[in-house]
Amino acid sequence: MINTIYRLSAPRRFEIDFEDISFSNNCIVRPTHLSICNADQRYYQGTRDAKVLKEKLPMALIHEGVGEVVYDKSGTFKAGDKVVMIPNAPTQSDDYIAENYLESSKFCASSKDGFMQEFVEISPDRLVKLPKGINLDVAAFTEIVSVSVHAISRFDKIAHQRRETIGVWGDGNLAFITSLFLKTMFPETKVYVFGISREKLSDFSFVDETFLTTEIPDSLRIDHAFECVGAGGSPVAIEQIIAYIRPEGTIAIMGVSEYPVPINTRMILEKGLRMFGTSRSGKEDFEKTVEMYQKHPQIVRYLTHIIGNIVNVSSFADMKNAFELDTRKAFGKTIMHWNP
Amino acid sequence: MVFSVILAGGTGNRMGNTDKPKQFLTIKDKPIIIHTIEKFLSQPKFEKIIVLTPQMWIDHTNHIISKYIGEREKVVVIAGGDTRNETIMNSVAYIEENYALDDDTIIVTHDSVRPFVTHRIIEDNIKAVEVYGACDTVIPATDTIVESVDGNIISAIPERKNMYQGQTPQSFKAKKLRDIYLSLTDKERDILTDAAKILVMKGHDVHLVTGETYNIKITYPYDLKIARSLLEEEEND
Repeated sequence: MINTIYRLSAPRRFEIDFEDISFSNNCIVRPTHLSICNADQRYYQGTRDAKVLKEKLPMALIHEGVGEVVYDKSGTFKAGDKVVMIPNAPTQSDDYIAENYLESSKFCASSKDGFMQEFVEISPDRLVKLPKGINLDVAAFTEIVSVSVHAISRFDKIAHQRRETIGVWGDGNLAFITSLFLKTMFPETKVYVFGISREKLSDFSFVDETFLTTEIPDSLRIDHAFECVGAGGSPVAIEQIIAYIRPEGTIAIMGVSEYPVPINTRMILEKGLRMFGTSRSGKEDFEKTVEMYQKHPQIVRYLTHIIGNIVNVSSFADMKNAFELDTRKAFGKTIMHWNP
Repeated sequence: MVFSVILAGGTGNRMGNTDKPKQFLTIKDKPIIIHTIEKFLSQPKFEKIIVLTPQMWIDHTNHIISKYIGEREKVVVIAGGDTRNETIMNSVAYIEENYALDDDTIIVTHDSVRPFVTHRIIEDNIKAVEVYGACDTVIPATDTIVESVDGNIISAIPERKNMYQGQTPQSFKAKKLRDIYLSLTDKERDILTDAAKILVMKGHDVHLVTGETYNIKITYPYDLKIARSLLEEEEND
C-alpha cells in the first residue's frame, strides 16, 4: 500500500514522500491523535545543531501518539483496536541495560521517521492496547508520561527508603506529570514543586506545597529531588537542589540541555549524593502507565489540564499551524487530531 | 452498508508502448491496481471491495490479488460494462444480488489507476455521502480552463475560482444513482462522462470533497513516470 509520509525537510518546511508498505509485514496503524514534544520543536524551529539537522532531515516528526490498528499479521491486535505507539525500537536485548539506553535502539523522530504518516508500519511488540473510553487526547502524550514513570521507577530502585519529602524542580509539562505520578505512587510522601511562574504553579493543586525558586525558605530540606527544567534553567535548578537536599539524597536529572552544565561537585561529594540521568522509556513503562490510567482515573482527569491546543490536521497548512501554535503557548501540550 | 467499487474497465488505449491495461503496470514491483485495492482494504467500513475489470482480465486480476494481497474474502472481481456508468451499474447489480440494496447502501467508486488516494479522502467521501447523499472528489483548478465548442476558437473562459478538477472517489447512494440512471434516455446517457453527472443533470446536489494534487490518474506514460519517481525516490537517492 502506498503510504504518505509528511517529513520535515528543513526548519519550518514539510514535504511529502511516499513509501510502499506491505500488509504481509508487521502491523499497520492509522495514527489518530499526535502530540508535539519540545524535541520536535527543536527540529521544526531549527534550534538543533546544524550538523544534526543536516544528518537527520528529511524526517517525519512526532514520537508521541495513539492510533487505530488497521491490520496485524500476528493476530495480537484486532482491526479497530486503539493503541499507543512506542517510539523506541530495540534491535537487541541486554541483561543489564534497558531498551531505551541501548545504543543500537532506534527512536522515532530521531533516528527513524516519526508518526507524521498516513499509516505507521510497526511491530505489534511496540504497541500497547488502550482501555475503552480513555481520553485519546491525553493518551496521545502517553510517551512523555511514560518517561516520568520510567524515571520514578528507577528512582524507586536507587534511592534510600526515607522519602518524607521529594522536591520537583520545574513548572512545565514534565514537572506536572512527574509530580502527579510521584504523588500517586508515593501518597505518603510530601511532594514540593519549585518553579518560576506563580500562575503555572497554581495548577499543581495535587501536591503538598509549591514554591517560587526565588522564595525558598532557608530551612527547607528535601530527601530526594527530580530536575524537570532543562535548557538554560538547568544550572540554577541543579544548584538549588544540591543546596536543599539532605545528605545521601538521590537526584533524578530529567531536563534536556543542549550545552554542558556546570555542577557543584564539591557538595555532591560532601553530601554523598547520588545523581542519575533518565531518558525516554521502554515497553514496560508504557504498560505501567496505561495500567495506572485505569487504576487511578483521576490521573487522566488531571492530565487533561495540560492539553494546551487541539488542532485538526488534514493539510500541510494545518501541520504548520499546529507547530506554530505550539511555539506560542506558555504551557501545555499541543494535540493534533491527525487526518491528512 | 458501504461498498468500494474499483473501476478497472479501461484497456489503456492512451498508454503508448504497452500491451496491457494501465492498471496492471507496476510501480515499485506491484501492479497499480493492487496499490489501489490495498488503500481500500485499510478502511474497515467497507463490506466488500468490488473490482470491475474487462471480462478477459478477471482471471489475471484474481491471480494478482491472491499473489500480492492474499486476503480474498473482502475482495471480489466481476466484469465491467461497456462504459464507465455501465460498469458502475454492474457493481450495483452485484450488490443487489448478493446483499440488500436499500436507500442507505453506499458505493465509493474509484479509478483503479489512482493509487495515491489517501485514507482521509476515502473517509471524507463516506462521511459526505452519509450526510449529503452524493459527493465528488475535486481539487481547485490551477490552470485556467478554456472552453472551445468547435475546437478552433475559444467559446468561453470560465472564472477560474469557480473551476475544479474532478478526481475520484465519487460516492453515491447506490439505489438512487441506479434509479436515476435507468430513467435517462439513450441520448442523455451518451453525453455522460462520469457518474456524478448522472445526478447533476437531473438537478440533484453533489457535494465537494477536497482531493489532493498527488491523487493523480495514471493515464499517460508521463503519469507512470511521475508515479514511479514519487514512490521510488528513496532508491534513487
